[in-house]
Amino acid sequence: MSYDEWFRTDRLPHIYCAGCGNGTIINCTLAAVDQMGWKKEDTVFVSGIGCSSRAPGYILTDSLHTTHGRALAFATGVKMAKPAFNVVVFTGDGDLAAIGGNHFIHACRRNIDMTVVCMNNQIYGMTGGQGSPTTPLKCLSSTTPYGCAEPPFDLCELATAAGANYVARWTSYHVKELEKAVKVGLETPGFSFIEVLVQCPTAFGRRNKFRQVADHVEFLKSHSLLKAKRDRLIDQGQPVPEDMFVVGEITKRNRPAMGVKP
Amino acid sequence: MTRTEFWQGNTACAEGALAAGCTFFGGYPITPSTEVAELMAAKLPKKGGIFIQMEDEIASMASIIGASWTGARAMTATSGPGFSLMMENIGFAVMTETPCVVVNVQRGGPSTGQPTMSAQGDMMQVRFGSHGDIAIIALSPATVQEMFELTVKAFNHADKYRVPVFLMADETVGHMREKILVPDSVEKIGRKPFVPGNPPFKVTDPDLIPGFPTFGTGQHVHVTGLTHDERGYPAATNPPLHAALVKRLVDKIENARDEMADYDIVNPEAEQVFVAYGGPVRTVMQVMHDKKDKNVGFLRIRTVWPFPEKALLEFKNAKRFLVPEMNLGQIAREIERHVTVPVVPIPKLGGELHTPAELAAVLEEKA
Repeated sequence: MSYDEWFRTDRLPHIYCAGCGNGTIINCTLAAVDQMGWKKEDTVFVSGIGCSSRAPGYILTDSLHTTHGRALAFATGVKMAKPAFNVVVFTGDGDLAAIGGNHFIHACRRNIDMTVVCMNNQIYGMTGGQGSPTTPLKCLSSTTPYGCAEPPFDLCELATAAGANYVARWTSYHVKELEKAVKVGLETPGFSFIEVLVQCPTAFGRRNKFRQVADHVEFLKSHSLLKAKRDRLIDQGQPVPEDMFVVGEITKRNRPAMGVKP
Repeated sequence: MTRTEFWQGNTACAEGALAAGCTFFGGYPITPSTEVAELMAAKLPKKGGIFIQMEDEIASMASIIGASWTGARAMTATSGPGFSLMMENIGFAVMTETPCVVVNVQRGGPSTGQPTMSAQGDMMQVRFGSHGDIAIIALSPATVQEMFELTVKAFNHADKYRVPVFLMADETVGHMREKILVPDSVEKIGRKPFVPGNPPFKVTDPDLIPGFPTFGTGQHVHVTGLTHDERGYPAATNPPLHAALVKRLVDKIENARDEMADYDIVNPEAEQVFVAYGGPVRTVMQVMHDKKDKNVGFLRIRTVWPFPEKALLEFKNAKRFLVPEMNLGQIAREIERHVTVPVVPIPKLGGELHTPAELAAVLEEKA
């Protein structure tokens, strides 16, 4: 399978660090986009600020690299003004959940027809490794030098509670599952949210005992708990391990949506 | 052909926007601008346009920029506190050369201040409020008729110069009702067409304005708030390129200063000269009417930014410029930069217009 034609090859090389997982996520997203049969001129990629948000700059469509946290508000303007467009947003945990938190919940509430891929590396990578709203408790960052004291957001629970039609979580290890989830998100009318836990060796890994990239990816794999399995544990009255995160399709429903293609 | 209406200023603004072909309004309620949004909410859907109430003014500004790239004439309306929230995305619109119109029906600040009272305290904020070196266009209406006409002009300037254009109204003019002549149609100046094959931000014309590569036309344009090259690609660590880009963004507005100048001159031989824009224009007109004195001149400004400084030089005998403003002297300071004779600010805070007596009293003062 080739989706090279979606890449803006004259922008290469990219700015991502060695071992970064963002490229994997861009790859999976474009693989899904390619299967949709969309025309490039009808497709707009939008982003805010941060490592995640550089992604649209490497994609050969119209693209809007906006201000920190505001990608969804810009994307709302694009999609409402032109519902025929396919709108895909790349964002990160800091961009989406901290400075952009309000836009996130309102985009979910409006259930506006777009697909949002959140590269959650649990840290501010581009500014050098500060704690984010998804930095796990006790983890080290340059602004949590004694361990993060704040409980993190569960972005998928947030998106579900706020009204998104489709919500899924995978990791940079689960490439096939991720590609499939993005495709379902692209196909689902309304707001689709796909959170991807991703390694950041430069800003997160080296401070948190993941000296090797593979160690971090292995951690993401071994600490993923399938939603079906989690539900089964709950049904059986068994404890759900606290150090694991739920992966899979979290929510799929058909709430009224805005900006759906005519 | 025209028809006669009796409208509120904010109504005239919304009707002007609709006449100009505005098809997207993203806004957030705030006194004293809300009537603009309410009217757009009622009328835009019936014309096939989009009204969306966003979650805050940051999002409102973002939404109109997004809509503008799809080719829509897009607008928002707000007042002081919301205007402050818009500053970052205003800079984004300047950097990405995105046409859009922002209406600020000014109220008393700082902070929440006087939501229902009039002021002109945001005249420097509109010019310099967003970080970095920017240039924008700001128009200031003094009548309900001008609320309509300058809104139309704002859209035309925005499209022509690819810059955010501000209608800097005030609560007085926004909420005042008076007679207006509404034309059947208005002049529309669209965006410069994009020549396919060119890099999207390449400038070939002396006006320094690139053609607009609307989203969806197959140009695959990358739009970023980062310092970018002609292709639109980030080049944030290239010093000469950054300098040239920022200089061009400022020059394309400043070079068109004379072209955009919009003012009236009364009694150019006068020694004492009032300079006003917005609400205070009305008080000066009353004083001019009462005095009927050839030695009292009046410069009435509609395009406040870029400031039409040549208009000041037309008063060759001027001994004093008297500048009534509903602030502590913001444009008075700009005027001081351009003239050698004394500039007398006549500040009025509190939310009400100057009275004619207050202005007449300044005329009597010894120079």
